[in-house]
Amino acid sequence: MDSKKYLDDISEIKNMMRKSSRFMSLSGLSGILAGVYALIGAYLAHNIISTIGKEPNEIRRFFTTLGQLDYLLIIALSVMALALITGTILTYFKAKRSGEKMWDISSKRLLLNFALPLVVGGLFCLVLIQYEYIKIVAPATLIFYGLACVNASKYTLGGVRYLGITIIAIGLISTQFIGYGLYFWALGFGVCHIIYGSLMYFKHDRH
Amino acid sequence: MSIINNINKAFDHRIRLGIMSILMVNDFADFNMLKELLGATDGNIASHTKALEKEDYITVEKQFIGRKPNTRYIATKLGKQAFKKHIDALEKLIGK
Repeated sequence: MDSKKYLDDISEIKNMMRKSSRFMSLSGLSGILAGVYALIGAYLAHNIISTIGKEPNEIRRFFTTLGQLDYLLIIALSVMALALITGTILTYFKAKRSGEKMWDISSKRLLLNFALPLVVGGLFCLVLIQYEYIKIVAPATLIFYGLACVNASKYTLGGVRYLGITIIAIGLISTQFIGYGLYFWALGFGVCHIIYGSLMYFKHDRH
Repeated sequence: MSIINNINKAFDHRIRLGIMSILMVNDFADFNMLKELLGATDGNIASHTKALEKEDYITVEKQFIGRKPNTRYIATKLGKQAFKKHIDALEKLIGK
């Protein structure tokens, strides 16, 4: 009989299974930009922290640290907000271009599965700060973020899984290098996002 | 000959094939989700889901979300088995 028709049927089955269970419009470019923001943020934070370190008077150093804490927090929140906004906008355009809806069952499922480990991790890090286990906050953020990526990867581009595993590994390694949290952050959130974002960009975004 | 026999006539249509593919990998799908994914009209989806329901390959759950009626489709065990057989048969036919 007509084997061309069978081949079409099989590819239609595969296509529908993938399309209905995975959100494919996640923008690789937004991953790259998120990484760039993270690196800029890490650089700014590094500058602030190193000026604090130069202050010889211990009491004055303490108060400078308190004063600069706001700036560090603002940097962290700005990086996160910028990454989220860019990701949403670029994903919107990619979805529009490929005729997918941005807010459908598959993207909701993706967001939910990404958010669960992330929110748990965020709360857990707040507890760590509460009990002053500051040293392991940086590794914990990396590990939970990595777990969130692995969890979300079942519902989107497969590459997210490897991004997650890499960041988990970096998080675990960083537990043995306490005090270098910022460098590991830059490596995990910055460099990894740029590398994996580029891979996904070249594999999925460009047609 | 036996492979050809495993080709299921019930799945011999793009829309029905699509509906079953979606229900194989999702616990359920509602009417609008099927419509969007398959790019078909209301009447089209309705008639093809009815055909699959008649074969006992899918079940239909009607409920209300707020005041809006919502129809969910779920693949039955029989439907999943039959579709699997169909896919196997297709793959064998291509392999030859």
